[in-house]
Amino acid sequence: MRKLVTSVLAGIGLTLACGTSVYAQEKSLTIFWAEWDPANYLQELGNEYEKETGVKITVETTPWSDFQTKAFTEFNAHGDAYDLVVGDSQWLGAGSTGGHYVDLTDFFKKHDLGNVMAPATVKYYSEYPGNSGKYWAIPLEGDAVGWSYRKDWFEDPKEKEAFKAKYGYDLDVPKDFKALRDIAEFFYRPDQKKYGIAIYTDNSYDAMAMGFENALFSYGGDLGDYSTYKVDGHINSEKAVAALDAYKELYKFTPPGWAKSFFVEDNQAITENLAAMSMNFFAFFPSLINEASNPNAKNTGFFANPPGPNGDQFAALGGQGISIVSYSQKQEEATKFLEWFIKDETQKKWAALGGYTCSAAVLKSAEFQNATPYNKAFYETMFKVKDFWAVPEYAELLQQLNQRVYPYMIGGEGTAKETLDALAADWNATFKKYGRGQ
Amino acid sequence: MATTMITTLDRSSRAAARGLSDISIRNLFIIPTVLFLIVFNIFPLIYSLGYSFTDFRASTNAPANFVGLQNYRDLLNDPFVWNNFAITAKYVIVSVAGQLFVGFGVAMLLNRDIPLKGLLTTLLLLPMMLSMAVVGLFWKLLYDPSWGVINYFLGLGNFEWLADPKMALYAVALTDIWMWSPFVMLLSLAGLSAVPKHLYEAAAIDRAGPFYTFFRITLPLVAPILMIAVIFRTMEAFKTFDLAYILTSQPTAELISIRLYKMAFQEWQTGRSCALAYIVLIMVLAITNIYVKYLNKVKER
Repeated sequence: MRKLVTSVLAGIGLTLACGTSVYAQEKSLTIFWAEWDPANYLQELGNEYEKETGVKITVETTPWSDFQTKAFTEFNAHGDAYDLVVGDSQWLGAGSTGGHYVDLTDFFKKHDLGNVMAPATVKYYSEYPGNSGKYWAIPLEGDAVGWSYRKDWFEDPKEKEAFKAKYGYDLDVPKDFKALRDIAEFFYRPDQKKYGIAIYTDNSYDAMAMGFENALFSYGGDLGDYSTYKVDGHINSEKAVAALDAYKELYKFTPPGWAKSFFVEDNQAITENLAAMSMNFFAFFPSLINEASNPNAKNTGFFANPPGPNGDQFAALGGQGISIVSYSQKQEEATKFLEWFIKDETQKKWAALGGYTCSAAVLKSAEFQNATPYNKAFYETMFKVKDFWAVPEYAELLQQLNQRVYPYMIGGEGTAKETLDALAADWNATFKKYGRGQ
Repeated sequence: MATTMITTLDRSSRAAARGLSDISIRNLFIIPTVLFLIVFNIFPLIYSLGYSFTDFRASTNAPANFVGLQNYRDLLNDPFVWNNFAITAKYVIVSVAGQLFVGFGVAMLLNRDIPLKGLLTTLLLLPMMLSMAVVGLFWKLLYDPSWGVINYFLGLGNFEWLADPKMALYAVALTDIWMWSPFVMLLSLAGLSAVPKHLYEAAAIDRAGPFYTFFRITLPLVAPILMIAVIFRTMEAFKTFDLAYILTSQPTAELISIRLYKMAFQEWQTGRSCALAYIVLIMVLAITNIYVKYLNKVKER
């Protein structure tokens, strides 16, 4: 018995010793992000910081599917496991009003970040509520939904000839949504196991919303008025109805089983020779020009989300800003890291590593735009992006969108107008519940 | 009652030598378990009952406001939630019936003298030993229309098991049947081997046909143990989450537990999700009670 007690005590002692040794090394910061390539690039950037300052940076990651859940579980428990978090743009409302994020307004003003970073990134990654002049994050990874396509399929003379004969204009990178649809239809050949287009349809988080937004915004529609929370006449306007129909139309030309697709599946559509065109976040394009991960790397091209019938051209915003967690014990150290991160030369390094910088100066430089086949499309896109609601209850709004739009898109239930009218009613009820704009 | 179960301590044992009495040994074993149950089961259960009457959101620092029965009223008036319950009911019926049919059938086949019976039974039990999440990931690949082996072997071409709104729920149920039929088989085998052989001999002497023998001898004698299998499987099927969550995102296959997860951990509507959890709990308790009543009746016969 005594032996047992001693060994248990020794075990506890050892655990405590290990625990305290972690605390002893004060010069370290933990950044929480989702598990994807940009997080690895950020770790590399962090290694540079360690070389310069001796402060160890650890980027901790978790799969996208439970990133939101894990981050907020930690916030809700007021835990200090993470000093900084690279949170999704929709989290701003919940992060700021919930007291999870440190107010960075002074930091923002001191470093004139409103002009240093591209305007759209500041608006959507940093400021909450809209136009309030209060900032909660530093734009870190710019991102939006763009398109990749098979250059070899598009440039095949036989295909070009057949396309012109059928549609009366040249087969090229789509100039508008109609061309996008025509090309998708043209390449849809199930008998050859070739399909027209890969789009987002997964309804478990924001995938389908992002895909639909690409059509909605380019058709000149919007989700609602972000300052008055009025949604009637916005999300169920004629333009929005037309956009939903256009997005549903594209679903006809997708590979079989395309009902739960997100970034992994959409990149597979290109690497596995399934589709002619594929929608995806710019952040996933680096692996498409890498021959190791894409056998068609040499034949893959990229374009920005095309304009709709009235010439409006927008894209759905992805991307994240970096925030200091208010429960962190090392806020001062974290601020120092951010000061280093926003420097021009750091931003250049960040872009060179593969991160999508939001620094206006770097974005505009020819060096950046010519660095990869998609950087130019990225630069063009980042100045015309729009995002989902960023209110704290955004997840409810997202769920309502999923449960209304998905059965119409995939199951063909009801009409686009009925779907969006019902969605507008759901959103009105939710905004009413939280006392917004009434 | 409990004290009569405890045998007295052997005087020559080491525990007795240290001066530990029966009571202190009993306490040593029971108190940690009771404490564990209180801390991790009973306390959260009661605490969440309190939350279910508030508009509490775990993601904000705002205090919880008492809203009375508002959450329950809203949930029971929400057509989407009712739809989730209907889907769950359909899933439970299809999946449990399928498991009963397959499991009992295989048990009947195995309940005779065949070579390698032990090995065969063990191999058949394998699906049950896998993790739900792993089974989900495997079956997602098997069902895949582009490279899945199911369509390849059945010659179904591009049939979309999981992307088809009408098929998705049955595809999940099929996976569940594959995974849990062995459980029913195991219980059935135990029941079947306990049927006295002389009853069959008597039936043979009376020239009873195979159907008569099955419905009058086999089934009534195995029924109580089959009922236990049904209770277990119904409770499990009612709270299926991982399998369905991994396999498909079709709203037509959104079980109540998936809705509950989304409400609690994606939307952070903590108060409302507590209320939904209580509604589910009450339903499971009610269904299990009906079964147990019926089981007692069957046993009495």
